[in-house]
Amino acid sequence: MRSIVPVLTVVAVIIALWYAACVPMNIKFALTMAEREGAVIEPEGAAARRDLSAIGLALRNPDQWGDTLAQDKPRLPAPHQVLVELYDTVIDKKITSKRSLVFHGWITLSATLLGFAIGTVGGIVLAVGIVHSRAMDMSVMPWAIASQTIPILAIAPMIIVVLNSVGVQGLLPKALISAYLSFFPVVVGMVKGLRSPDQMQLDLLKTYSASKGEVFWKLRLPASVPYFFASLKIGIAASLVGAIVGELPTGAVRGLGARLLTGSYYGQTIQIWSALFATAILAALLVAVISGLERGTLKRMGLGR
Amino acid sequence: MSQATVIEAKHLDLTFQTADGPVQALRDVNLSIAQGDFVSFIGPSGCGKTTFLRCVAALETPTGGTLTVNGMTPDEARRKRAYGYVFQAAGLYPWRTIAKNIKLPLEIMGFSKAEQEERVARVLDLVDLSGFGGKFPWQLSGGMQQRASIARALAFDADLLLMDEPFGALDEIVRDHLNEELLKLWARTGKTIGFVTHSIPEAVYLSTKIVVMSPRPGRITDVIESPLPKERPLDIRDTPEFLEIAHRVREGLRAGHAYD
Repeated sequence: MRSIVPVLTVVAVIIALWYAACVPMNIKFALTMAEREGAVIEPEGAAARRDLSAIGLALRNPDQWGDTLAQDKPRLPAPHQVLVELYDTVIDKKITSKRSLVFHGWITLSATLLGFAIGTVGGIVLAVGIVHSRAMDMSVMPWAIASQTIPILAIAPMIIVVLNSVGVQGLLPKALISAYLSFFPVVVGMVKGLRSPDQMQLDLLKTYSASKGEVFWKLRLPASVPYFFASLKIGIAASLVGAIVGELPTGAVRGLGARLLTGSYYGQTIQIWSALFATAILAALLVAVISGLERGTLKRMGLGR
Repeated sequence: MSQATVIEAKHLDLTFQTADGPVQALRDVNLSIAQGDFVSFIGPSGCGKTTFLRCVAALETPTGGTLTVNGMTPDEARRKRAYGYVFQAAGLYPWRTIAKNIKLPLEIMGFSKAEQEERVARVLDLVDLSGFGGKFPWQLSGGMQQRASIARALAFDADLLLMDEPFGALDEIVRDHLNEELLKLWARTGKTIGFVTHSIPEAVYLSTKIVVMSPRPGRITDVIESPLPKERPLDIRDTPEFLEIAHRVREGLRAGHAYD
């Protein structure tokens, strides 16, 4: 319980900074609107204010600070605006509604989970191959590394277009982009984990005349479990990014990526920010689920203390 | 003691090819170990004592001479599971309980479940760890972990026990205790034991035969048959016989050790 005080302090500081930033970010529009309604603004006229610094304007017109926190399309929405929007679109809307974030979240989540599953299985298979075959070690690893140097934004549209031209659309193309991002940490972590037993451990099994399969199942695989979970935590977050990026280039109408996209088309900054927060919360939940699995598994293995 | 020969080395050579050129780890090693012997290998680091043990275990391959274990090549003997090997570190799997660690070789060697249980109980008793089977390794002290690793090597009833500085990382009090236990265990089981150490008292206290080795290249400088009785209380280490053997070992080590 003692750790809750510093955590809350940091959150409070962030929220305070955020509110403070809202004032200069939104002040020009607030001044224009207030002047139109007859308020006295210093200096007068939108044209005169155009090139003045936002912070200076905010300091000269403290009466309009309240207006900066209650606009429909602010440059920077205030925290409570985002919260209200989140509440509206998560709790109030029916989850079948096109405006429900739960609905859009599920679209993205399903692609994320499918891609994560594909990436994880693929990553494990590659890692096992790399550890057991020198040829694969030399040939696959450089490609795996090269694959991650290509910006995902550049390759995602091509994956969507190519798959679409062969008739694959919907969930799978997005999932494949997710898998493309999430297999890599699994490969790297599992290769390290499967190689983690030292020479003495391997010698010991040799004195029992253990087969390669037994070395794998009894030593290498259990030794790799802690590495595996560390990789999964990176992989699941990467998967989510992949699914969202996969929704952007197609002009998709469903999914968190689509919410971000339509929000930016129509200047709905509050919608963009609430979609961003929904994404962050979803990512945190996914990582928390993996952490829970990790704790349970390691405890059962006698590795958790 | 005119029993069967377990280990027979004749003109054994082993040269490692390293980046700095060949390194002769063993040169012209001749040794015969009979069944029931407790043989210690003693010498400074780099004298090839561990390498010799690893040759016997078929973890290294000699480059010259002959080496037989139970009349077979070391590799055949390994496949027949002729020996149990105890390493310097306990090397227990942290994700297995003590009982499950001891079951590891039994699983690989295909013992039935019932037989596994029975053997685990027996060897745990043998190393005085009954009741600790359900603990994880980190819950045990270093000495207890090493005893568990000895139990693991005993579980499948190999007649030959190869021990590579098994107590090297333990403090002297624990080591004395484990030495005593090991002698009792040896008396009870009648196994042949090859034991690498760099402690003179340990070697003299435990062994029926002490092999003194020296480095660069690794070779045997002296083989001492111990006249000490099989029954050895700890205070035998203060007797003149004991000190005389210890003296001879020290002389052997000094003779082989060129301080160049």
